[in-house]
Amino acid sequence: MTIFIPTPLRTYTADKDAVEVNAATIAAALDELTRAHPDLRMHLFTSEGKLRAFVNIYLNDEDVRYLPEKDATKVSSTDTLSIIPSIAGGCPPRGRMQIQHRIPETQ
Amino acid sequence: MLRVTKAVYEAIRAHGEETYPHECCGALLGRSSPDGWQIEAAVRADNTRTDSAHNRYQIAPAELVKIARDARQRGLDIGGFYHSHPDHPAQWSQTDFAEAHWLGCSYVITAVANGNAAATNSFRLAGDTEESKRFEQELIEVND
Repeated sequence: MTIFIPTPLRTYTADKDAVEVNAATIAAALDELTRAHPDLRMHLFTSEGKLRAFVNIYLNDEDVRYLPEKDATKVSSTDTLSIIPSIAGGCPPRGRMQIQHRIPETQ
Repeated sequence: MLRVTKAVYEAIRAHGEETYPHECCGALLGRSSPDGWQIEAAVRADNTRTDSAHNRYQIAPAELVKIARDARQRGLDIGGFYHSHPDHPAQWSQTDFAEAHWLGCSYVITAVANGNAAATNSFRLAGDTEESKRFEQELIEVND
C-alpha cells in the first residue's frame, strides 16, 4: 500500500512524498513506515506510543479514529494511507484589537 | 520569502472580504525552493468552526486529504495555508501558534477591516519539532 507523506515530514523520508509498504493492517503499515524511517516516529507518536493529537491518519477517505477496528483495520495493496497534520487557528478570543482604519468625519 | 502569483494574492484577500465578519481559510499549493515556497494556487476550504467563525478557523482533515490529492495530480505540494483576521491585525495569535503543525510551511494572514482586506502577512513555521517550532515573518513577493 502507499502512505502519503505531508510536506513537513518529508525531511524524514529523504524527500519522498509517498512510501510503499507491505502490511496487513494500518498499525503494521505505520510500524513498517517508522522502521524504515525511524526519525518519523517522534513526529507521529507520543513517547507513550499514542498517535499525536494533531496527527490525522486517513485510510483512503476514512478517518482511522472512526473505523470500527481503528488501526487494527485490515488493508490491501491498493489502499492508501494519508498522514495529515491538523490545521486550525484564529484571532484572539477576547479584547478585540481593532486595527486602525479611517473613521468618516462627522459634522 | 513567500512568492505568490498576483492571482493567488488577490484571491486570498477577496476570500477574506467575502466571508467577513467570519474567518476564511484555505490551502496554498506550490513548489518548494531553497529560499521559500512559490505558490501557484489557492484552494478555498470550508471553515468548520461554525460555532465561532468570527475568531476561529479549522479545515476538516477529510478536506485536507482531498486537497493533498488534488495537489499531487497537479504536480504541486501543500506549501502553506491562509486565513483572515476580521477586524484584527495580520499577526499570528497564540491560537494560530498552538494549532500550527505544518513545519516549514507558510501561514498567510489577511486583516479584514470593516469588510475590506487590509494588510496581508506571511509567517513561516520554522523549527524541527513541536517543541522548537516558531513563527518567522517572511517577505511576500507578488509576481505574475
